[in-house]
Amino acid sequence: MADLSYVRTQMVPQQDPPITETGAIKWARENLFSGVTNSVLTLLALYFLYQVLHEVIPWLFFSTWNANSLAECREIAEGGCWAVIRERWPQLVFGFYPSEYYWRPVLTFVLMLVALAPVLFNGLPRRMVWFSALFPFLAFWLLWGGSLWLPVAVIAGFALAAMSVIYLPALTGTLLATIVAFIAPVLWWLFLAAPVASILQAILPLAIEPIESAKFGGFMLSVTIGITGISLSLPIGILLALGRQSNLIAVKAICVGFIEFIRGVPLITLLFVASTLLNYFLPPGTTFDIILRVMIMVTLFSSAYMAEVIRGGLSALPKGQYEAADALGLDYWKSMRLIIMPQALKITIPSIVSLFIGLFKDTTLVSIIGLLDPIGLSNAIRADQDWNGIVWELYGFIALMFWIFCFSMSRYSMYLERKLQTGHR
Amino acid sequence: MSQATERTIDRSQMQVSDEVAIQITGMNKWYGTFHVLRDIDLTVQRGERIVICGPSGSGKSTLIRCINALEEHQQGQIVVDGTLLSSDLKNIDKVRSEVGMVFQHFNLFPHLSILENCTLAPIWVRKTPKKEAEEIAMHYLTKVKIPEQALKYPGQLSGGQQQRVAIARSLCMQPRIMLFDEPTSALDPEMIKEVLDTMIELAEEGMTMLCVTHEMGFAQAVANRVIFMDDGQIVEQNEPKEFFKNPKSDRTKLFLSQILGH
Repeated sequence: MADLSYVRTQMVPQQDPPITETGAIKWARENLFSGVTNSVLTLLALYFLYQVLHEVIPWLFFSTWNANSLAECREIAEGGCWAVIRERWPQLVFGFYPSEYYWRPVLTFVLMLVALAPVLFNGLPRRMVWFSALFPFLAFWLLWGGSLWLPVAVIAGFALAAMSVIYLPALTGTLLATIVAFIAPVLWWLFLAAPVASILQAILPLAIEPIESAKFGGFMLSVTIGITGISLSLPIGILLALGRQSNLIAVKAICVGFIEFIRGVPLITLLFVASTLLNYFLPPGTTFDIILRVMIMVTLFSSAYMAEVIRGGLSALPKGQYEAADALGLDYWKSMRLIIMPQALKITIPSIVSLFIGLFKDTTLVSIIGLLDPIGLSNAIRADQDWNGIVWELYGFIALMFWIFCFSMSRYSMYLERKLQTGHR
Repeated sequence: MSQATERTIDRSQMQVSDEVAIQITGMNKWYGTFHVLRDIDLTVQRGERIVICGPSGSGKSTLIRCINALEEHQQGQIVVDGTLLSSDLKNIDKVRSEVGMVFQHFNLFPHLSILENCTLAPIWVRKTPKKEAEEIAMHYLTKVKIPEQALKYPGQLSGGQQQRVAIARSLCMQPRIMLFDEPTSALDPEMIKEVLDTMIELAEEGMTMLCVTHEMGFAQAVANRVIFMDDGQIVEQNEPKEFFKNPKSDRTKLFLSQILGH
């Protein structure tokens, strides 16, 4: 029988692994050349990359910023002609907004970042949210100008609603107070807000130069429509999703009808309705701002989709969550706000952000109804004799700008998902 | 049959008073056309510890879920602490804040920390100031022996710990009645004991408890009454000793032989 005992007399010191098992060589072997098929595919991909870069790099490298027309560009440089961006930059950003008032959209944009910050990130003082709530009115006033009293009168409508919710229940009961909270501000906005604003304006004039909507354009227009649509479609979508699950038949029917109708119609159709048809239904003589109409349509369109996305999140939650909330004595709105919605929204973050990105890109469709967003402007620029025939530089630039916005949204959503990760099993 | 606990139980506080905690009379419930609960009459005195057992589908869970209106009954009356359960939402909310409930699958809120799980209802329903609610929560978390987990999330805890948090969460509302819906059925055997011990401590303090459970050891040690249900009806009820020693009905005998016989 063999001797099974063994005693090590000398310890082996740590050694470096063989060179083929470390660093770049190991990585290349494992990821690029792990087999015959993979090696062939790698070589093909490298050849393809070479072909693309071979064309693109000189085009980028031998491009020019200094020219006054496409023809001049072609004389100076073999590559791209960025001069068009340099020359039309203000137009691509602001449309036909008067140049002496460019500071207004710029200021609005900066304030927008300030207003978004407390909504997107916690760790900032909570009081900044009040500025975020005020920002839409301030932005409206800065962009369109006119009397400051108009946005103030609109805010008064919301104050009216808040007051009916806070003070009326003690006098009239909750149901009546809720109804008043909906009807009073609507009546105020329809019949009283405008006259009151003009009276206040007569007493104490506070106005800046009004700019009409026809002068809006470029990325300013895209961002205005996009951000409005994004920030309004989420709350409306939540309400629609809850309404669709409601036990109240009338509420449910209205929500289902709305969602199914809006989802069944192309956005372009809705935009045409906004641009032309709506005028036939409104009393003659009413001027109803075209950008406002488009914003409403875009918001309604995406809130219908939003409602369905959120409904998916709601139905993914176990029934036990609803029951636990009920069993603790939370009423419907509290359990939705504190228990159900935070979880449903968390599950649906990727889909919600996809919708936001889609919405933002869909703002380019307004070019079809004649608004001068970047795409609409690009047609105008290409029709110009100087720049007739330019394609890649212009569309490439517009695409890059959109990509920056959309990529930021995508990164933000990933950050948010990580932040909200609480060790779900 | 798993034994509930090795230690002796302090019975000094376990006293059944004459005060009625829950009064159910002639209650019937249907799921569609299926008659789940039939002519239920049950009076629970304050301080009672009732174990409800029976084969699956016998309506025991449905019965206790009717008591805090998680399920709606169609006929008969349920009066909890003097409040009649009707379609009036105010009454329902009142009863729910007085009655604690522990579920089979814990149903903790995964997006909130353990402490937040416990303070949520006191803050939003009882309007307790946050600081005070946190003190109450820590008190009960200490009682269920997991104060050190307060800042973790439910997903990071074991099943037994989660169920103890769920019990603490209910206790934070300082309920007068506790309902347990198969609190140990989803747990691994070694975790059942820690949850049962928590329940026993609660019983020792004189809490009125209704437990749907298959833990017959717990029933023998703690309950003052065992109710056996089958086909949506209360078939037999008795003191635990008599119930296990001399079951009267054939259905009870069959059930007991099935769960105690292995």
